[in-house]
Amino acid sequence: MTRTRFHQELDELKHRILAMAGMSEQAIDLAVQAYTQRDLALCQRVLNNEDAINRAEREVDEFAIDLLAMQQPMAVDLRFILAVIKINADLERVGDQAVNIVQRVMNMIELPAYDLPVDIPAMASRVRSMVRDALRSFIEGDTDLAKHVLLADDEIDRMNHEAFANLSTFMQAKPAGAVPALDALSIARNLERVADHATNIAEDVIFWVRGADVRHGAGQSLAGS
Amino acid sequence: MATAVEVRDLKAWFGKTEALHGINMAVEQNHATAVIGPSGCGKSTFIRCLNRMHETNPVARAEGDVKVGDMDIYSMPAVEVRRKIGMVFQKPNPFPSMSIYENVAAGLKLNGTRNHKDLDQIVEHSLQQAALWDEVKDTLKKKSGASLSGGQQQRLCIARALAVNPEVMLMDEPCSALDPISTAKIEDLIFELKQRLTIVIVTHNMQQASRVAEFTGFFLMGNLVEFDRTEKIFTNPSDKRTEDYITGRFG
Repeated sequence: MTRTRFHQELDELKHRILAMAGMSEQAIDLAVQAYTQRDLALCQRVLNNEDAINRAEREVDEFAIDLLAMQQPMAVDLRFILAVIKINADLERVGDQAVNIVQRVMNMIELPAYDLPVDIPAMASRVRSMVRDALRSFIEGDTDLAKHVLLADDEIDRMNHEAFANLSTFMQAKPAGAVPALDALSIARNLERVADHATNIAEDVIFWVRGADVRHGAGQSLAGS
Repeated sequence: MATAVEVRDLKAWFGKTEALHGINMAVEQNHATAVIGPSGCGKSTFIRCLNRMHETNPVARAEGDVKVGDMDIYSMPAVEVRRKIGMVFQKPNPFPSMSIYENVAAGLKLNGTRNHKDLDQIVEHSLQQAALWDEVKDTLKKKSGASLSGGQQQRLCIARALAVNPEVMLMDEPCSALDPISTAKIEDLIFELKQRLTIVIVTHNMQQASRVAEFTGFFLMGNLVEFDRTEKIFTNPSDKRTEDYITGRFG
């Protein structure tokens, strides 16, 4: 009763979602680069790539739903497909956050550059490494790495709160810089959401590999274990 | 939850070959328990031990405790055991020369029920419980059991088993010879029957196990590898061998 063909199709599903993950990861990288370099062309690339990410999301979903309907998977295979469907949605949202970021960057490029009290590149670097680790945990089925991602989210939340506090103070002191400060605040919030999506992916990896539901803080005890 | 059948250290042999290596299981009352596993794993042998059908094979024997309520089935007459624990087989086996009515009444007559009014009442009730009454009520005594379709024959066999008022119903791949519509009818019936008796079903169809049973046991090479709530077995089994089997990585 070995289901060779089905397991080949599961491998194919994994390849497809990893291809999609590559596009979403690249979108965030380009968006952050566009911010640091104030580069309109990079912004445009992110906008142009959004369609491909949306298309990939639909294709992965369709493939996963076909497998659910046609193969009636069980146990680890069922959990894998459910995890892929959820990770797929998170990756598409990561692409959306990249678009939100470049829209703010495009605003900022039209205004004079201000020395804002927020370290977006530092925050972006941590967020990108969370996304990378979440995807690596998925590729390798590594729940330890996934737990590490869950823990890293607290630091991003802290950076986002700090950005909010510092930029609020800045806007009060320099109302003329309020618009770029609001753009930077929005970028920080978008990065924080990307980190949330990385956290969701890590939770889905733990669900897939261990069958444990660690959402909504239930992962804190697991992360310590 | 109460236990309907308590199995302790059950071993079974065919000649010198040990087919079951000490099975322990508590079957919950008014629930369906599915038994799954690859061919030759001992699942049919297991349920055939639960009503002493196993010993009908001259070279077969069993050892261990099987209790239904307080009664040890190996200390009771086998006929009485089979009245308490009915069985339905893979291939429907109505008595071909008997009418539908006689098929259902056969067990009752064997147990000494002769009163026509009582027989009529029990036959009707049993056929209703087996969801067959409406289809056969006008031809009860005219048509033979063998003239029915495969799905109807299987429900007739269920009615025949129900007529003697069993506490437990064993089903050995009851739908494997049936089309999807007849299968759905039997599965619906299992849901109804659980209200009043306990069901143990052997099935090769894991979707069927997940649809009808609250508990599932996975057998492999004469051992009960894992026994748990069905949703646990099919979403997150504890044993790697269970997972490998239900995901088709061996078998």
